[in-house]
Amino acid sequence: MDILLEIIMIPAVLALIKIVVIILLFALPLGTLLTLMERKWSAMIQDRVGPNRANIGSFTGHGLLHLAADGLKSIFKEDCIPRGANKFLYLLAPFFGMISAVAIFSIIPIAGPIGDFTFQVADVEPGLLFIFAITSLSVYGAVLAGYSSNSKFALLGGTRASAQMISYEVFMGLALMGVFMVYGTTRVSGIVDGQNEYWFGNLIPMWGVFTQPLGFILFFTALVAETKRPPFDAPEGESELVAGYFLEYSGMRWSAFMLAEYIAIVGVSVLMTTLFFGGYHVPWLHLWESAPQWLVTILQIIKFSIVTIFFCWFQIQLRWTVPKFRFDQTMSLGWKKLLPLSLLNLFVTAFVILAFA
Amino acid sequence: MDLKVKQVTRIDGAKEALFLPAIFTGLRLTINHFWRNLFGAKDVVTVSYPEEKRHISTRWRGRHRLTRRENGFLSCVACYMCETVCPSKCIHIEAGEHPDLSVEKYPVVFDIDELRCVFCGLCVEACPKDAIRMDSGVISLAYTSRQTFNYTRDLLRDSYDPKAHSNPKYEDIDLPSPTNRAAALPNSKGVPAS
Ligand code: SF4
Ligand code: SF4
Repeated sequence: MDILLEIIMIPAVLALIKIVVIILLFALPLGTLLTLMERKWSAMIQDRVGPNRANIGSFTGHGLLHLAADGLKSIFKEDCIPRGANKFLYLLAPFFGMISAVAIFSIIPIAGPIGDFTFQVADVEPGLLFIFAITSLSVYGAVLAGYSSNSKFALLGGTRASAQMISYEVFMGLALMGVFMVYGTTRVSGIVDGQNEYWFGNLIPMWGVFTQPLGFILFFTALVAETKRPPFDAPEGESELVAGYFLEYSGMRWSAFMLAEYIAIVGVSVLMTTLFFGGYHVPWLHLWESAPQWLVTILQIIKFSIVTIFFCWFQIQLRWTVPKFRFDQTMSLGWKKLLPLSLLNLFVTAFVILAFA
Repeated sequence: MDLKVKQVTRIDGAKEALFLPAIFTGLRLTINHFWRNLFGAKDVVTVSYPEEKRHISTRWRGRHRLTRRENGFLSCVACYMCETVCPSKCIHIEAGEHPDLSVEKYPVVFDIDELRCVFCGLCVEACPKDAIRMDSGVISLAYTSRQTFNYTRDLLRDSYDPKAHSNPKYEDIDLPSPTNRAAALPNSKGVPAS
């Protein structure tokens, strides 16, 4: 028993366990579930029934079995590589999207630390800058997929994806700069702890959404654009580019793109939770001083999950509400409106901090 | 006649440029629907075919049927009216002399190729004896071989014994009449039969 505990407490082993737990028990299941939920929820929005036919005998699980059916189907489907495609890049591309989607979870704490033990794979000093570095990688996924497929539609999709993601990354960083300034750190645990303070006595928690309302909207917009979902789905452009950059993919590789998209939704949600909604901190819980540690941790995980799921839902709701931007509109919105706004946000934040702190 | 021109004023300004008010209006609508359908699918009008079947009007032109006289013989007198009027030439009749003198002429062969039929109902209108009707209530014919679509006289005949024939998909339940409609259309969400 002691030996086992000792092995577990080796940092590398511990990190590995956390990776498995956070990614396999949180990110992947939630992402997979979202593929079904998107269809179910969109059906509810549009007064439809949604998928409910996959069954084992008379058991359908309200469409839950579609997950298994979809998975099985894509495993057994033929994995086509178009003629003239750059095979190496073509096979490589799906991993970029997947890796960058999953990597977000590596620096997100899902509950407060207990002693030395943190519920976070790595609390690196650059923190969110690391996130920027990683999410930029997903551009490669789109660009390589579009470039290597030897298809005009895919190439156009890839080009659009690269242009859109690079431009939205610019003010994604700028929008977040305000958060760094308010909490004085780029370390994720620092930002989360900074949101555990309160204004006016114990009235309003200093959540990012209250300290940086404009930054919140800007950052959220940028992230939605980064996941290439509607209203910013010009790279996929169903109406004119069929499916955009991953048009030529089939079978499991296509599923990898889809799954990466949904894991990216979860990723966006955990980022919004962590940066703007107090992370794992349950508001006003510090007033209950005698709360047992285990209960606090459980409450924190619950709070974190609820806000995350809320944002997953909100993104899907948004996707089924707003019409698509034309590509030039996407670009002009990014460069002409959101970029100046995020600069303005930066200046105002700096001014307020200088004047009042 | 003057064309009706509707002038649409383009809305510009800060409120539109912000996108957010419009997005929130839209969200209010979609969330409303989402919320109403989250518990119990209240607004959903989908009929889950084949578990639910819609009520079909008696005027619906479905698969043909050959009516009978009171004494049980087919009403058809093999006058070839329907075959003549049929625009798709899918009725094939061969007349014969019936041993029963009260019947005289009757169809020895009466085939309708339902694959060629366009369900126009002209045959029903042409018939002087009200011998052919399209109110069998069978609204979908789905088989796997062309041969099965060729409905012979005995298949078309009213209330025949399905076990005596070899058309496996043809079931009694396919023949709703005003009296058995409730049983024939279980879970019907449509207008109840009067
Ligand atoms: S419904 Fe029209 S097409 Fe069909 S058999 Fe009668 S006349 Fe011919
Ligand atoms: S069904 Fe009517 S129209 Fe056709 S042959 Fe018989 S009696 Fe004449």
